[in-house]
Amino acid sequence: MSSRDRILARLRTSRPAQPLPLPELDAHYAPRARNESTPERVARFRTGIENFHAEVHLAGEGDWPAVLARLCAEKGVGSLMYGADTVAGRKLDPAAFAGTVLRPWAGSIEDIKADLFHRTDAGFTQTLGAIAETGTLILWPSEAEPRTLSLVPPIHFALLDARNIHATFYDAIRAGHWADGLPTNALLITGPSKTADIQQTLAYGAHGPKELIVIVINAEGAVQ
Amino acid sequence: MSAQPNIRGGDTRPIAFVSAQALRERMHEAVNDPHLRTSFRGAMDFLMAKRAAQFPDESELASLRTQSEGIRQYSLSKLPELLEQLEANLTRNGVQVHWAADPDEANAIMLGIARRHSAKTIVKGKSMVSEEIEFNHAMEAAGVEALESDMGEYIVQLAGEKPSHIIMPAIHKTKEQIARLFADKVPGVDYTDNVDALIQIGRQVLREKFEHADIGLSGVNFAVAETGTLCLVENEGNGRMCTTVPRVHMAITGIEKVVEKLEHVAPLFSILTRSATGQAVTTYFNMISGPRKPDEKDGPEEVHLILLDNGRSQAYADEQLRKTLQCIRCGACMNHCPVYTRIGGHAYGTTYPGPIGKIVSPHMMGLAQTHLLPTVSTLCGACGEVCPVKIPIPELLVRLRGEAQSAPHANPAMVGQGAGYSALASFVWRTWARIYARPANYRLFSWLASRFRMFAPSRQSGWTAARTPLKPAPRRLRDRVRDRR
Repeated sequence: MSSRDRILARLRTSRPAQPLPLPELDAHYAPRARNESTPERVARFRTGIENFHAEVHLAGEGDWPAVLARLCAEKGVGSLMYGADTVAGRKLDPAAFAGTVLRPWAGSIEDIKADLFHRTDAGFTQTLGAIAETGTLILWPSEAEPRTLSLVPPIHFALLDARNIHATFYDAIRAGHWADGLPTNALLITGPSKTADIQQTLAYGAHGPKELIVIVINAEGAVQ
Repeated sequence: MSAQPNIRGGDTRPIAFVSAQALRERMHEAVNDPHLRTSFRGAMDFLMAKRAAQFPDESELASLRTQSEGIRQYSLSKLPELLEQLEANLTRNGVQVHWAADPDEANAIMLGIARRHSAKTIVKGKSMVSEEIEFNHAMEAAGVEALESDMGEYIVQLAGEKPSHIIMPAIHKTKEQIARLFADKVPGVDYTDNVDALIQIGRQVLREKFEHADIGLSGVNFAVAETGTLCLVENEGNGRMCTTVPRVHMAITGIEKVVEKLEHVAPLFSILTRSATGQAVTTYFNMISGPRKPDEKDGPEEVHLILLDNGRSQAYADEQLRKTLQCIRCGACMNHCPVYTRIGGHAYGTTYPGPIGKIVSPHMMGLAQTHLLPTVSTLCGACGEVCPVKIPIPELLVRLRGEAQSAPHANPAMVGQGAGYSALASFVWRTWARIYARPANYRLFSWLASRFRMFAPSRQSGWTAARTPLKPAPRRLRDRVRDRR
């Protein structure tokens, strides 16, 4: 008999005859959903993520690439890596970036590991949405937008459509029917990487990005 | 470092092998270490205040605790089915699932994977289960480097120590100690006690490792049966590095961590981070549902999950003890424990210290080694009050005391039942019960006690270690009341 079978057999002999009732989560989350307008939700998201040391910039649907180019210049980003074959990636025009070299992700990580770790200042990704309650971004990396883009470079730029901000994590899971099919790696990101492991003193830029910069579009009516 | 008392400075004594006598000595040593007392007091006060600030609304906390307890109890009530569902869905997603009855089997499985890939270096995200099975020692013995990458774990490993807290492993160390450690142990580093600079040193060293390691290891905070997903909670990004950059990812977890539905992780994640470190949310919540797909450009090509029993099925078999398995490892019970605050995490000598350690370790190690642990408690109840999944920790401590101290009997609920049994103590308590349960016996006993009070022993077990001996009064209360009538 394998360990698997022994463990399962032991659990089966002692588990309750009837499973306990399924917890009713809607009762807890319904009052938390709030009927917010988009600007209210953006405001809550913004307060949340700024508390976690992220920067937030609002932009129009047409001019966000210019905002990204300006931020790159301000932060002295020499090279920006991104997924070229995405809705947002197709809108990036290398000519619009003065001091920044745009580098579309090419090949697999094994081919570009050294570049990614040592010669890339920033990564740019889209987001699936966000969570207002905690100020959290939702990322579903894909073959066009690999997961290390939001992890390895020291700066992470993320593009968020304000219409995709949910009230809570629970609402995001339910509204997006996540249980029907998750990507290989789904992520929630709230601020740049951090640690308080030395004497409870907070320090940013532990192992992941040192800076997280969010560009929010379609946030009409939100306070600039 | 060598000038430090050994608990703080270089505690390399093995865990999982602490005799009752050694436990007493370790506690005594810890209580008499003023530096340790100060650093734990400060850290625990800080964590308690941060947690409290996360729950300004009592009714929201009450509702969230009820939901979280409900989810954990529901999941445990279907545990065997959920484990099979998890295994089936992970397998469908391309994850290889392994089962291990004990630490040796778990280490052998992972060593087998490492050997198959000719791995030289395994870079580790924070995993208490890997501590529980002494993974690093097993790999070292086999000639494979296992490197901790969580900043706290990295510091503790560099110092040759063990974590003293399940969430903040290096909580017992000051920044000056860490500065000295880095200057001594990291090549090319000068002494600095600037925390940002220290973190950047760790970042540089470990980035190199993430880039080149053959295998990444992680724990699991929640495993979702319906989707076949492993969820990881972290702030630093090292967990994402370990599970994304190397070609192979091994995850290890206890069999109790499974939940049925993806939506069940939402309340558990929220109450976990708020209870643990007083954060509304952590920087990363990482949901892994499989290895890299053919079109994908990064992520591990192989993902393994090791499901470890190690005494958990013993706890599961008893309806009351099963509640131990509701735990989501937030550490709030230790942060609020007056004993933990005074003796720190190393004195217990177990992987999991504090209140949760006292109720989970006896299942992992047997009561023969751990029968004193449930008595290292004032039963003040703080742990039970703050537990986000409402584990009745004080009640379980009393139960374990009973299991340890009752006379050995057939079909015990736990390995090592009766290990703390003393015929004399048992006789004394039985006699006490007989005297106090019958008025006639009590009258006779109290009369004798007041008459023969000069024979009260001057040494009375633990009582007289720090107090004057108990001596019966010359006249009983009942006599004095009668006199006043």
